Amino acid sequence: MTIAALLDTPSELTDSASSKTAIVLMTRVRLARNLAGHPFPGWAKPAQRGEVFAACRAAVAAIPQMKRGCNVAIADLSDLERQILVERHLISRELSGTKSGGGVVISKDQAVSVMMNEEDHLRIQVLRSGFNLKKAWSTINELDSALEESLDFAFSPTLGYLTACPTNLGTGMRASAMMHLPALVISNQMEKVVRAVNQLGMVVRGLFGEGSDANGSIFQISNQTTLGEAEEEILKRLASVLQSIIEHELNAREKLLEADAGKLFDKIGRAFGILQNSHLLNSGEAMNLLSLIRLGVDLGVFADANRSMIDRLFIEAQPGHLQHAQKGEFEPGQRDLLRASRLRTEFANFVRPDFTFTTNGKN
Amino acid sequence: MANPLKCDLCSKPATVHLTQIVNNKVHKVDLCEACAQAKGVTDPSGFSLADLLLKASLNPEPGSAAGVRCEQCGFTQNDFKKHGRFGCPACYDVFRGVVEPMLENMHNGTAHAGKIPVRALERKSLYDRLTKLELDLTEAIKSERYEDAARTRDEITQVKQAFDQPSGR
Repeated sequence: MTIAALLDTPSELTDSASSKTAIVLMTRVRLARNLAGHPFPGWAKPAQRGEVFAACRAAVAAIPQMKRGCNVAIADLSDLERQILVERHLISRELSGTKSGGGVVISKDQAVSVMMNEEDHLRIQVLRSGFNLKKAWSTINELDSALEESLDFAFSPTLGYLTACPTNLGTGMRASAMMHLPALVISNQMEKVVRAVNQLGMVVRGLFGEGSDANGSIFQISNQTTLGEAEEEILKRLASVLQSIIEHELNAREKLLEADAGKLFDKIGRAFGILQNSHLLNSGEAMNLLSLIRLGVDLGVFADANRSMIDRLFIEAQPGHLQHAQKGEFEPGQRDLLRASRLRTEFANFVRPDFTFTTNGKN
Repeated sequence: MANPLKCDLCSKPATVHLTQIVNNKVHKVDLCEACAQAKGVTDPSGFSLADLLLKASLNPEPGSAAGVRCEQCGFTQNDFKKHGRFGCPACYDVFRGVVEPMLENMHNGTAHAGKIPVRALERKSLYDRLTKLELDLTEAIKSERYEDAARTRDEITQVKQAFDQPSGR
């Protein structure tokens, strides 16, 4: 599969999430692995990185699941192609800026990506839409075992899988969920949640990982520690933290409706109006408006079937995707025009919000 | 003070003096204001990797003197201070004295309890066994113990077969 074909296929993340998993947009598990006897990418010379890349690339491409996937060196991708892959969470920002020897193999369905010569020789990643930690783990576990058939991973009985940074030692596993938490944001409870989550050994980040902002009330929650527990235990702890965040978000929604439903409906109604009529939208504002529409869907203001369209737009309103859809270079100002026009079209035939349903029909 | 303390990272006069007791050992760090800021040492609640690394490295145990270099990749402890990442898998053996004190604060335990690359380890033990058998064989032939040599050769064939067979998973 070529990169061009891949970019024209919608991402796994835009697969419709069922209403049961509405708050968790996507689940992701990644494993850090390195080859024994080879320096880590950050310390390796270009020739050594090249060797590792060649060895890993061949091993990954030989796995049945990845055979028909897209297998590319980062150096062969344009800036735009790299940006789109970052926006789809298929490669990291760090890998997209890599010098030599960086590469990625992405499965045809875009659910699996294996990055090479990022911080570690291999970063294996599985994405699933919705709340699906178990499935993501079983997929990645099998993939990892398949790679182990042909690659000798650096491993120590006491420290586990050896990684460039000691924060990834042990399982080398980082599991995360992307959560949509608008009510916790509106009611100013996120800071409290972040603190509580940190105390439980989990980390909260913005949509695009470390240092990114939380536009659209979307947060990534992942495990902080990787050594000392089995993968299943870490996943169990994470799942219970996620479950309790979901409950807090649902409670916050109830409270907002009880305290001042009019205020909340006003936000949703205005968001709808702006999306249908505006001519300039930057990416942050677009995300925040889409987030309110998504909240509206969850509350029953809009039909359930619209959720997958919103989730798709969360990704397609990103700068790289917009530019790709329009074919051509754009200044940031032009991009905002383009984004607004795209969203006006998408929302032109959107059924108007129905607020009666929530006020009368709730329980 | 005739000789003001110098910063452990650059050589400016040190104004921040940090003393902590970790694992019953006293760790002292002297930093100038700029380095202290940069390393996040001024935030007492902050979890700072650099801070931890610094403590470990400024109290070299016999085996982890700052001059130690990883034979495999040439990485030194100073490189770790700079990058916060290691040079190669073998560094974890070389710099064990630096890594171990960090783990307790960094993780939820200090010993691996997760997945084991069974197949890779199997391969390594087969490889080690093969190397030893081949040595035995040479030895047996040299000292004209032909019965031993024949037996060793059979074993080598078996090990080589095991190499080619995928494990029973």
